[in-house]
Amino acid sequence: MGRNRLQHQVACMRRSLFDQGFLDEQFIQLEELQDDASPNFVQEIVTLFYTDSARLIQNIEQALNNGPIDFSKLDDYMHQFKGSSSSIGAKKVTDECKVFREYCSAENAQGCIRTFQQVKQEYAILRRKLEVYFQMVRQADVAHTP
Amino acid sequence: MNSSSGKGSMSAASSSAAWKAGDVVPDQFPAGLRVLVVDDDPTCLMILEKMLRTCLYEVTKCNRAETALSLLRENKNGFDIVISDVHMPDMDGFKLLEHIGLEMDLPVIMMSADDGKHVVMKGVTHGACDYLIKPVRIEALKNIWQHVVRKRKNEWKDFEQSGSVEEGDRQPKQSEEADYSSSANEGNWKSSKKRKDDDDEAEERDDTSTLKKPRVVWSVELHQQFVAAVNQLGIDKAVPKKILELMNVPGLTRENVASHLQKYRLYLRRLSGVSQHQSNLNNSFMSPQEATFGPLSPLNGLDLQTLAATGQLPAQSLATFQAAGLGRSTAKSGIAMPLVDQRNIFSFENPKLRFGEGQQQHMNNNKQLNLLHGIPTTMEPKQLASLHHSAQSIGNINMQVTSHGVQGSQNNSLLIQMAQPQPRGQILNDSTGSHAPRLPSTLGQPILSNGIAANVSTRNGIPENIRGPGYNPVSQTSSLLNFPMNHTSELPGNSFPLGTTPGISSLTSKGAFQEDINSDVKGSGGFMPSYDIFNDLNQHKPQNWELQNVGMTFDASQHSNSLQGNLDLAQSILVQQGFSSGQMNGQNRSAAVVSKAMFSAGDCTEQGNAQNVNHHLNNLLVDNTIRIKSERVADAGPANLFPDHFGQEDLMSALLKQQDGIAPAENEFDFDGYSMDNIPV
Repeated sequence: MGRNRLQHQVACMRRSLFDQGFLDEQFIQLEELQDDASPNFVQEIVTLFYTDSARLIQNIEQALNNGPIDFSKLDDYMHQFKGSSSSIGAKKVTDECKVFREYCSAENAQGCIRTFQQVKQEYAILRRKLEVYFQMVRQADVAHTP
Repeated sequence: MNSSSGKGSMSAASSSAAWKAGDVVPDQFPAGLRVLVVDDDPTCLMILEKMLRTCLYEVTKCNRAETALSLLRENKNGFDIVISDVHMPDMDGFKLLEHIGLEMDLPVIMMSADDGKHVVMKGVTHGACDYLIKPVRIEALKNIWQHVVRKRKNEWKDFEQSGSVEEGDRQPKQSEEADYSSSANEGNWKSSKKRKDDDDEAEERDDTSTLKKPRVVWSVELHQQFVAAVNQLGIDKAVPKKILELMNVPGLTRENVASHLQKYRLYLRRLSGVSQHQSNLNNSFMSPQEATFGPLSPLNGLDLQTLAATGQLPAQSLATFQAAGLGRSTAKSGIAMPLVDQRNIFSFENPKLRFGEGQQQHMNNNKQLNLLHGIPTTMEPKQLASLHHSAQSIGNINMQVTSHGVQGSQNNSLLIQMAQPQPRGQILNDSTGSHAPRLPSTLGQPILSNGIAANVSTRNGIPENIRGPGYNPVSQTSSLLNFPMNHTSELPGNSFPLGTTPGISSLTSKGAFQEDINSDVKGSGGFMPSYDIFNDLNQHKPQNWELQNVGMTFDASQHSNSLQGNLDLAQSILVQQGFSSGQMNGQNRSAAVVSKAMFSAGDCTEQGNAQNVNHHLNNLLVDNTIRIKSERVADAGPANLFPDHFGQEDLMSALLKQQDGIAPAENEFDFDGYSMDNIPV
């Protein structure tokens, strides 16, 4: 496929990610930071996020499933996770985190568990979409014009 | 700045100040700002790092608070600002904030995804200079350099203030400089006070990027402990050793407490002096001073106060006038400084002292002026200017007034002193406000009040008067101005401080010019000319003035060393005042102030006369102003702007005459090429 066409596809996908609420303004901030010095900055950050947040996801999972729930600790973890996800512009994920924290402060275990499932789901969906997206970006970069 | 004669410190201060004034900021600033960013979240950390790099800052990142602290400890001056997350696993962000504040006194910005009010509040109370909500946008980071500049500026101010103040207090001990008066900062103990009392630090101020020595940061809590200890002991009996014992804070040295105490005392004095109305601190300082001012009243007629009140006259100017007027008679309390009470405290206290003592320092003047020069640059323009001017003027005024010539030096010293410490606007204001009466003697002082005043006094070797609480001279300037004016606090206290400096400087210069004029002025109420100057000053952009005037005034002073005439003082005062006013407000208020001042002498009220006066003053001012600008840091040597012979009566009469007919004044004053049209009446 010609470069132009690929680039067009990239643009479309990007647009839909925003339109569907997967990504927000913060993602654009990251894109703007990308420059010649760090040409793959956005992708690197996203990768870093997913690597680092895996650890957090695990901690939350454990806190929810192992014995009596320590809500403050849970809130702590989720606070961190939310900070991270909001930094990359993962809108849906961050929104679910907020819901989770509400249940947490209400000490609603069921609510927490349920919401956490949502968090994980959104987290996974976004991951896939971004993987596709970056792949397209890479393809467009190396494609020959047109 | 420790110069024994005050010069030394001033120079030091100057240099630092110079740096500070803003012109120093390296051209590429804020590029190269050294930022330490601390966040346990690697994603955020990386994003922040990239953002900060994009802002052209030098970034160091670390993911643990402990690491950050050791980095900071190892490179005390290696960073300009710290950005830290609130939530970290090994240490709470607020704890880190406190540590940094105490040990390194660097500005710290907190960050968190949590935007809850109480968390933000916590940041504020712990001393964070800003709080960012995550996700952080690059726009938020672009301006973080302001915190660095602000902090430095404040510290500088403190430095100067305490420096001057202390000098004042100390009287002949100049060496203490280290202590910057936190108090000067209106009780802003926290941030600026961080400055340690080391003189070295002051010297190091030149290095904008960071002071080399770790300073004790007087956090709110620490200060509260300090205050509690002092209150427990009783302000009079509170000695550093005992305070230290009571406070029982590990790591705090007697020296830390001593310098902090000095500042605190100044602060108290300022409060008590300034606000007779509001003072919460009851300070005995004021009373003695007030008394002295009494006799000045005649001068008060000058309406310096009014001028000061209007803020037209830079507090300094007023101080100058007052000093001039009062100087002779040491009227002290008579003058009702209309100006902001606060300000007056400073000015007034010193003025009185100054006059007598000022004289000896002739030479100091020069030096002092220089000092001021230095200051203006660094200080925030306004502030510096005010201080300087004030200091100068006051110095001059005082000198003249009291010592008959010797004063000159004193004044200069005063001025310089004042100039040196960042003239806190506040100080000026304060001084001006309440001390108006003090003017006469304090004229010199008022200028000092700005912060320098204190120093000035000391420098000159003038006895305490100036010092009063140490604030006086500089701040007083404002007040001084007020004095003459019987109006109550017309002078916007605030305006003076800033403006004063410049104004004062102006005055000083004027003083110089005044020489010729002074003689003439005598009859005509020498002050009038000054007003013109003020007007002129007003015309000029206040801000510029501040810096400029500062320099200028000194210059003028120098030139006018020969000012011996009584009028000089008056004129000087006026001039200074005028200038100050101009500076301060940058509005035509000075003119008004001037007018008022003039009127006070006589009727003090006619604005109309003021106009005339202003007119005269304008000429004077104009001229001075011009001079000032160019000279900038002229050697304020001659504080002798104020002729010492001027007795209050002389001044008063001069003023009165002025009022009645500016013409006479004009004629008499032979201002060099002053054009009187600028005075916006």
